[in-house]
Amino acid sequence: MHDRTIAELSAALERGDFSSVELTQATLSAIDKGAELNAFITTTPDLALAQAQAADEARARGEATALTGIPIAHKDIFCTNGVRTSCASRMLDTFVPPYDAHVVEQMRAAGAVMVGKTNMDEFAMGSSNETSWYGPVKNPWDKSCVPGGSSGGSAAAVAAGLVAGATGTDTGGSIRQPAALTGISGLKPTYGRVSRYGMIAFASSLDQAGPMARSAEDLALMLEAMAGFDARDSTCVNTAVPNYQASLQDFNLKGLKIGLPREYFAAEGMDSAVTQAVEAAVETLREAGAEIHEISLPNTELAVPVYYVIAPAEASSNLSRFDGVRYGHRCDNPEDLEDLYKRSRAEGFGEEVKRRIMVGTYALSAGYFDAYYLKAQQVRRMIRDDFAKAFESVDIIAGPTAPSTAFAIGAKADDPVQMYLSDIFTIAVNLAGLPALSVPAGLADSRPVGLQLIGNHFAEAQLLGAAHGYQQRTDWHTQRPAGEG
Amino acid sequence: MQWETVIGLELHAQLATNTKIFSGASTAYGASANTQACAIDLGMPGMLPVLNERAVQYAIRLGLALDAEVAGRSVFARKNYFYPDLPKGYQISQYEIPVVGRGHLDIDLDDGSRKRIGVTRAHLEEDAGKSLHEGFTAMSGIDLNRAGTPLLEIVSEPDLRSAAEAVAYMKKMHALVRYLGICDGNMQEGSFRCDANVSVRPVGQLEFGTRAELKNLNSFRFVERAIHYEVERQIAHIQEGGSVVQETRLFDADRGVTRSMRGKEEANDYRYFPDPDLLPLEISVEQIQAVREALPELPDAKRERFVSEYGLGDYDAAVLTSSRELADYFEAVVARSPDAKLAANWVMGEFSAALNKAGLEISQSPVDADALAGLLLRIADETISGKIAKEVFEAMWQGQGDADRVIADQGLEQVKDTGAIEAMVDEAIAANPQQLEQYRAGKTKLMGFFVGQVMKASGGKANPQQVNDILKARLDGE
Repeated sequence: MHDRTIAELSAALERGDFSSVELTQATLSAIDKGAELNAFITTTPDLALAQAQAADEARARGEATALTGIPIAHKDIFCTNGVRTSCASRMLDTFVPPYDAHVVEQMRAAGAVMVGKTNMDEFAMGSSNETSWYGPVKNPWDKSCVPGGSSGGSAAAVAAGLVAGATGTDTGGSIRQPAALTGISGLKPTYGRVSRYGMIAFASSLDQAGPMARSAEDLALMLEAMAGFDARDSTCVNTAVPNYQASLQDFNLKGLKIGLPREYFAAEGMDSAVTQAVEAAVETLREAGAEIHEISLPNTELAVPVYYVIAPAEASSNLSRFDGVRYGHRCDNPEDLEDLYKRSRAEGFGEEVKRRIMVGTYALSAGYFDAYYLKAQQVRRMIRDDFAKAFESVDIIAGPTAPSTAFAIGAKADDPVQMYLSDIFTIAVNLAGLPALSVPAGLADSRPVGLQLIGNHFAEAQLLGAAHGYQQRTDWHTQRPAGEG
Repeated sequence: MQWETVIGLELHAQLATNTKIFSGASTAYGASANTQACAIDLGMPGMLPVLNERAVQYAIRLGLALDAEVAGRSVFARKNYFYPDLPKGYQISQYEIPVVGRGHLDIDLDDGSRKRIGVTRAHLEEDAGKSLHEGFTAMSGIDLNRAGTPLLEIVSEPDLRSAAEAVAYMKKMHALVRYLGICDGNMQEGSFRCDANVSVRPVGQLEFGTRAELKNLNSFRFVERAIHYEVERQIAHIQEGGSVVQETRLFDADRGVTRSMRGKEEANDYRYFPDPDLLPLEISVEQIQAVREALPELPDAKRERFVSEYGLGDYDAAVLTSSRELADYFEAVVARSPDAKLAANWVMGEFSAALNKAGLEISQSPVDADALAGLLLRIADETISGKIAKEVFEAMWQGQGDADRVIADQGLEQVKDTGAIEAMVDEAIAANPQQLEQYRAGKTKLMGFFVGQVMKASGGKANPQQVNDILKARLDGE
């Protein structure tokens, strides 16, 4: 059952091929067998079996939804009541929240079974899952390679068939880039579509939760459960959640205007095999009736530098609460208050987190604020305007998700700038608050390539429809790494 | 050299909302430590602020009362610094674009003139918690009940020129926020706090001197004393050849001095930036209009009305409108007992003195407005004299019933029977032949002595006018 989608598992549960308890047991044992991937920080077998039992009972009462009884995993950035939520940081190694994130509540309300918390880059800061306090995650396609990040544990778990779906968060590409590098589907919704309540903040104006799964259809099922207005997040937008799954069936690629930003195909350091795979995917869409237009997003190259001002600036402030006073890591025998702060934070945070706190603190400092933070906000508006202009002439923007396929563990660990450039195509989307997804679009050197589709604000249904149409015509999304599933 | 004092005040009014500015936790004062701090107030991971609309309404009220611009769009910003009683490591405040812009407040000076004091801005922000140092050894306690309590920080222009002006401004603002019902004004509980920026300059100099910021001024008296001390200190320091350092100084009320509070921390860089968890605060014209229509009568307007409607003097009107509770009490008295001047005298005199002596608020008074009016009616209809009325009032204050009951129980009704008064007058004259002789020899001041004798004999109950008339007639020669 490890190569099935949520939709398929849901149908099997409904047919009675197996129970949720059986499915959950199989899932837990798959997670054990896949321990080598280091995809999970925490597993919750007892809780999972209890939820599975409840799901089976709900189904018996005729109260099942598409997600009822489906084992899923949550990225360890989502707070889970009574279950350790570490954000992959030593700082929160022993932190057990007394509340659930909205996303966690929503998934449980839909009947999904939580089997555990997935590994990630520390505080979601990274593009390779190497910054985790709990060690790197391995890419199931090539265990010497990274799965991407920051939602690397969720991506690896889905790619390896440990779970059919997992939640992720995306601040600059943290759902889409690992989805691309592990050959799965991942969606970053419009900023404000999914509540951030209970999701540990990295960069509040960019963070957005979303689903990771094996098909666009599964993304639709999960998003429908995750989305929904939540008054506890002031940036959550109060608009109705469409029936995404139903809209998949109605969607027609014919006449869909797809824009190809020329800057996305001419980027420096671009892997030509990735370009070829993406071009082939675009050809498939054209054959299905889509109109392909070349467009320009002229400020593309500014996205990474702007992001690496705004995201660290917000992070430097968001992470101030981890001070050793109320919860989280506290150093032994502090001499005084300053010593308590300094050592607790020095010991609790990893290198990349410290680097970003310092960069962000610098960018917000008196005398630098205008040149960095304010300037970055101005350029952010220009980037948003580029997209707004593009969407006057096209429905969807297509391009590569990442400039390369999965790279070797350690290859970029000492070169932050090279690492940051792996998000060159995903970051602008967060800066503009747009929805975007990545779907598998081929292999290059036996490693998955992702096709990114970017939509206008709240156009998730259209994006999912296009991705589903593409997956009806291709089988890249059904391919599994050797030896898995 | 002649020196001029320049003062600007930063007043912090704790808004009288039931819940905190960004969470649903209660703001009630005095609960045991950390029982009124929810996950948001504690700065738990993943928690997000949600703005309390009531706090916004209160800010609009103040803006309108100060004739200030209420911003259609204002921005919450994070003020970043580490302190154990600041759970998130930043305070949510407003920085570049506050909800209330430039306005003004008029104060009355001792010489009877009015002075307009500019208000630079007022902004919404959350309060921090409290560090507790007593009862702990080698550590400090943190109480986060106060964390997230809504504050309105009201910043004045440096328009104040003396400690007396500063106090007058602060009192006026204190009365205003209570009038508006946006702050309970309780200074002991820290609901209304003051920081003062104080500098001096030679008279005639245009540039301001370097200022010191005075903190811990939690009473009107402290404000006055601290400013007096600080002005003297700065002048003496400059005259000795020194220069004033820009710094924060704490007022030590026990010793009556200000002391430098911070050294290196003074260079704090708060790294303000817009809070990405909160959308800009949008206030519509309709919203402002709705608040405007619901505004209570403001102190200055009420004062003018007291002069025109009740015929009171400026001074009486000012005293009676100094707080909304006092003004309301006065109007309730007048509603039943229409002699406004008499009511004013009693409310400002006997009644206020009794409250002060007992240390009570108007709301706690044992004599309510209706009861006081009942007493004044008996003065007006001459059932009792003003002097006896004081005795009756005292008895009412002690809980011995309303005015009529006290008068009846104690037999205090005024004696108006001419025959009875004549008898008492004759008796007084007969008993004091020496004084009578002196009076008739021209020492007419002794009239008072005789009135006293008669009143004493009547137990204070004789009608004073009748006593006067009859005495005068008798003494002057019948």
